[in-house]
Amino acid sequence: MIKRLFITGIVFLAVLGLSVAFPWMRVPLIMALVYGTAALGVVVLLRAGQISFGHAMYMLISGYTVAFLSEAFPGTDGIVLVLAGTGVSLVTGMVLGLFLVRYRGIFFGMLNLAISMVIFTIVTKFYGMTGGSDGMRVPRPSLFGADMDRAGYEATLLIILLILAVVLVFSVQQFFRSSAGEAMASIKTNEDRLEYLGVSAKKLLWQGYAVSAGLCGLAGAFYGLSQGLVTPEAGYWLKSGELVFISILGGSAHAIGVFVAALLFEFVKMYASILVGGSWQLVLGVTLIAIIYFLPDGLTSLLRKKRQTAEVRS
Amino acid sequence: MGVDTLLLALIDGVSYAGLLFLVALGLTFIFGVVRVLNVAHGSLYAFGGYSAASMGIWFAQGAGSITLSILALILGAGIVGVILGYGLMLLLHRFRDRDPIIQLLVTFGAFMVLEDVQVMIWGTQPYFVSDVMFQMGDTSLLGVVFMNYQLWFIPSVALGVYVLLRWFLKHSLKGRQIIAVTHDREVATALGVNAGRIASFTFIIGASLGALGGALASPTTSLVPGVGADMIVLSFAVVATAGLGQISGALIVALMIGIARSLSVYFLPQFEVVMPYLIMMAVLLIRPQGLFTVAEARRI
Repeated sequence: MIKRLFITGIVFLAVLGLSVAFPWMRVPLIMALVYGTAALGVVVLLRAGQISFGHAMYMLISGYTVAFLSEAFPGTDGIVLVLAGTGVSLVTGMVLGLFLVRYRGIFFGMLNLAISMVIFTIVTKFYGMTGGSDGMRVPRPSLFGADMDRAGYEATLLIILLILAVVLVFSVQQFFRSSAGEAMASIKTNEDRLEYLGVSAKKLLWQGYAVSAGLCGLAGAFYGLSQGLVTPEAGYWLKSGELVFISILGGSAHAIGVFVAALLFEFVKMYASILVGGSWQLVLGVTLIAIIYFLPDGLTSLLRKKRQTAEVRS
Repeated sequence: MGVDTLLLALIDGVSYAGLLFLVALGLTFIFGVVRVLNVAHGSLYAFGGYSAASMGIWFAQGAGSITLSILALILGAGIVGVILGYGLMLLLHRFRDRDPIIQLLVTFGAFMVLEDVQVMIWGTQPYFVSDVMFQMGDTSLLGVVFMNYQLWFIPSVALGVYVLLRWFLKHSLKGRQIIAVTHDREVATALGVNAGRIASFTFIIGASLGALGGALASPTTSLVPGVGADMIVLSFAVVATAGLGQISGALIVALMIGIARSLSVYFLPQFEVVMPYLIMMAVLLIRPQGLFTVAEARRI
């Protein structure tokens, strides 16, 4: 436990140190943490063997909630905006979840995709309210009541996200180990057996779905705050695909994996755009396939492998 | 609404349904044997379109007859289907023992790569080669002028492919082997079917169908980056609504979605893009496994 806290502290300081030493790294780091948080939501469902190709819609919903609120009530604190955005996504997820938990596998994935496409289209078409494909601006709000310049604002966002990431990793990990979490994992292995034990698989999945929608909403709110702009593109199915990509890269063995994967994702994307310009997708795709090929269980499998070899030696 | 508008919407819908059917057919066909929803199928559609357009331009330098133009469409689709289909198949073969989700993600990776390769080859400028459409002339129905290409050609190609495929699956040895592998790969292998070869064969046919859809679509729309991404979600919707692996189901659902979509283009333009998804949700609400799936045995 102490060792873990120690490692967490080192990682924490390392990220902060990097962002102080290289100010240009702040935005990619923020983005990595945002995508990591969203992908964590996808991982929760992945544990139950379900894969959603529409979870970017919760980022979109939350992002637009933030944008609407800051337009309607200028001067609202950033933290209030985040809470509101997350809340709206959570409630939407709870309502949609009622209907979606009846489906499994491809149908679950495709229905999520379909709903996200409907939301994407609505946001794109209602130009008068949402600004269409140009998106909506999110003016820089105060955080905890303090107005800040851009550098301070970004640094504060980064710190909040870092703390959140640590808390989320620990609590999601705790959830995975809880009886509800273990039961959810068994939806993947054999749902019928679970039902025979008297556990409602639908109810479990519904809880998981709500959690995942809330996490994506949280990420979406921070996405809007840090970008200063939300566009419908944030909810297109390709974005959902990227979230799935990150969560598979991370592996569902440990919650920390997604953040490592998101970091990798963001930096591969960044360096690829610097090196090959418009073809960053190509580099990303090749990286994805290569990682899946060499690390079948995601990045967290590296962790486990190391631990196993250590055990064998001792 | 006038009768002519309705007719216009109907014909448009049927021609669009033909394209959608071809692409979805390829997808569902591949799924049946390989058990993977191929995200890169959207790229096959886009590549098929671009390659047919390039062929069309290349051929038109000579004379520009209908036969040459049709040949350009078929050649464009065939080359893409065989080369890319074979490549994708080889790639997926490396991951054949993995979780279906992982395989799906591999095709997603391939899709990302192909998206950029497509921009590298054909650039970002819109491509529009519609010589075939004008060479085929037009027909006047109830005072509305239709392009023969959309009125006859696309629907009959789609229907032809459907009939041919049905016949092939039912009556040829290879087709029967495909059905056997779809049904139970292990048992088929035990009976002496070379499942690996059947899988690659199916993959190439499915890929060519996707590319053919793109090739046939190319004269009617302008090709821009991103057409593949749009098409793949639509054909996903068709496949899921019809029930996975259902060929006749895909035809009916493609018609439903195609006609509903074009009706909404004329009467409720805001809903055009949403229509397929609304239909899909409505169908799955009533029949959670898709319209035409037979119930599968539960594994306890």
